[in-house]
Amino acid sequence: MSSSLVRILSKASRYPCVPWAALRSRSTASLPDVPSQQPPAVSFAPLQTFSEEEGMMREAVQKYARDCIAPYVSKMDEESAMDPAVIKSLFDQGLMGIEIDPEYGGTGSTFFSSILVIEELAKVDASVAVLCDIQNTLINTLLSNLGTPQQKEQYLSRLSTDMVGSFCLSEAEAGSDAFALKTRAEKHKDYYVINGSKMWISNAEHAGVFLVMANVDPAAGYRGITCFMVDRDTEGMAIGKKENKLGLRASSTCPLNFDNVKVPEKNILGQVGHGYKYAIGMLNEGRIGIAAQMLGVAQGCFDHTIPYTRQRIQFGQRIFDFQGLQHQISHVATQIEAARLLTYNAARLKEAGRPFIKEACMAKYFTSEVATLTTSKCIEWMGGVGFTKDYPIEKYYRDCKIGTIYEGTTNIQLSTMAKYIDKEYDH
Amino acid sequence: MSGRVLVGVKRVIDYAVKIRVKPDHSGVVTEGVKHSMNPFCEIAVEEAVKMKEKKLIKEVVAVSCGPQQVQETIRTALAMGADRGIHVEVSAKEYESLGPLQVSKILAALAKKEEAQLIILGKQAIDGDCNQTGQMTAALLDWPQGTFASEVTLEGGHVKVVREIDGGLETIKINTPAVLTADLRLNTPRYATLPNIMKAKKKKIANVKPADLGVELASKLQVLRVDAPPQREAGVKVESVADLVAKLKEAGTI
Repeated sequence: MSSSLVRILSKASRYPCVPWAALRSRSTASLPDVPSQQPPAVSFAPLQTFSEEEGMMREAVQKYARDCIAPYVSKMDEESAMDPAVIKSLFDQGLMGIEIDPEYGGTGSTFFSSILVIEELAKVDASVAVLCDIQNTLINTLLSNLGTPQQKEQYLSRLSTDMVGSFCLSEAEAGSDAFALKTRAEKHKDYYVINGSKMWISNAEHAGVFLVMANVDPAAGYRGITCFMVDRDTEGMAIGKKENKLGLRASSTCPLNFDNVKVPEKNILGQVGHGYKYAIGMLNEGRIGIAAQMLGVAQGCFDHTIPYTRQRIQFGQRIFDFQGLQHQISHVATQIEAARLLTYNAARLKEAGRPFIKEACMAKYFTSEVATLTTSKCIEWMGGVGFTKDYPIEKYYRDCKIGTIYEGTTNIQLSTMAKYIDKEYDH
Repeated sequence: MSGRVLVGVKRVIDYAVKIRVKPDHSGVVTEGVKHSMNPFCEIAVEEAVKMKEKKLIKEVVAVSCGPQQVQETIRTALAMGADRGIHVEVSAKEYESLGPLQVSKILAALAKKEEAQLIILGKQAIDGDCNQTGQMTAALLDWPQGTFASEVTLEGGHVKVVREIDGGLETIKINTPAVLTADLRLNTPRYATLPNIMKAKKKKIANVKPADLGVELASKLQVLRVDAPPQREAGVKVESVADLVAKLKEAGTI
């Protein structure tokens, strides 16, 4: 027993030094039993424990977001456009290649660091956070896990330094039912011809590369879905006008049209017909990123509101001191704390190589509900000023709604969770 | 010339925090309060790193005096581009009475030991606001000083310093080795990028005790009492100039 513990502990050196390193195991069986002869040094730290580097990153991003993003937030929302200077600063800060190997110009840090970064960015602007989240948790992960050395060479170093990526799965008739997608890829000698259209594609305005899910063999159903890397400006690909949205307005969301778009065979990511697996796998991780984004939206909104309640005097006292307000505020604060713990735990589970899908669904579902509750309540607590655009609160309220919809709707999350719960009672 | 620059960095209460005086009036509340690198020290680090990027100097060494927590501040300097750090260990008790004179002695001793070409400090710390350490360090070393620097140019064995003074700007030329203190407009400090934070983990921080440098920490100063500034009273509105003059006479100010 002790020798396997030593093996597990030595594997921990790649990861930030987390006290529960001893529990890390590669098995997908049920939770490992904590051995009774624990080395005395191991203790069980609270979930909100960060390694030194995670703590430093968090602070660095907090400062950067406050100084370099906050001044642009209102304008970007109003004009429904992301400022190119903001995108460039995200790259310059190393926030677009958090898990990419330094060999390719990335930061070489961990998944949990990405989660912390997304949370901090979302406290300031949910649109900037989603740009960073899609790049890190979807695009970079797919390339890093599935790319051939040549593909990594070609794309990873650009993704970490100056190129935004887009993930193209959804279509007008294929949202939750993603695998009903109709975009076709016909094989010719050493290239494919893609025809079809995609909808709701985030980052489309700024992306240099598009990861397009298309079906090479509709007769095989979803087993024909394949992931193609399509460069911007490829002939036949047209990026439509961006949607005029309720929230996340600075994030460009566009339809894409593919009209006989030629893509060389070498631009297939992973294996032909395995696209559906990649999409599912990656969306499982991506939903922890969205949970972090919603968490940031809730916390950021809350942080703007409480100081107001402490200052605002009515009937001779701070409105914070009214019992009714106190009870509401405490309830919301508890929900946010619970959401945070769900999110951090899902992230740590994934890092530890343990099963995390049910927990990831729970995190995404719960945090998006909490964000909706928090932002709604915050407007009420702010009173009239909460309802005006002069204060940042109403933007959080508009931004949070997408959380229950994208990267797997709440209903899909709940159904997925039920499948896992069902399996748990199999034996 | 060694091409080595020593930069002093101090860990202070974050500038955005509302300071509260301890109930016993012995100081301000520091427990559980957010701390960061002194803003002027950030400017000093930035200047040193810029010199290294321009290949005018070879190595930037970040120094901080204090208990264990100051290592965070040194790490931040490393993440900004300093090459290595020196932590001068001072116990929490001794730190309470650590002032510019002792720090200057420590910096002077380190500068000699490290054969530094330049010492760059922030002009003052936002907690003590003493504005003495740079000047004292230069005097102890008998080095020239360029304080309140808003522009620094290294030229061979000299430094041209533009200083912000009451009357405007003063430009001086001093020989190296020298002590410089950074003023607000010297530069805009960079944010520690995430890749640099990762790289900073590998950089070394050496531990040194003041006794090893031959420095006595006993202070000749004792803080008797700390009070918050008096609460601002509400003002009074007056309707006319005559009223104003009458009120001022009443208050005994004219």
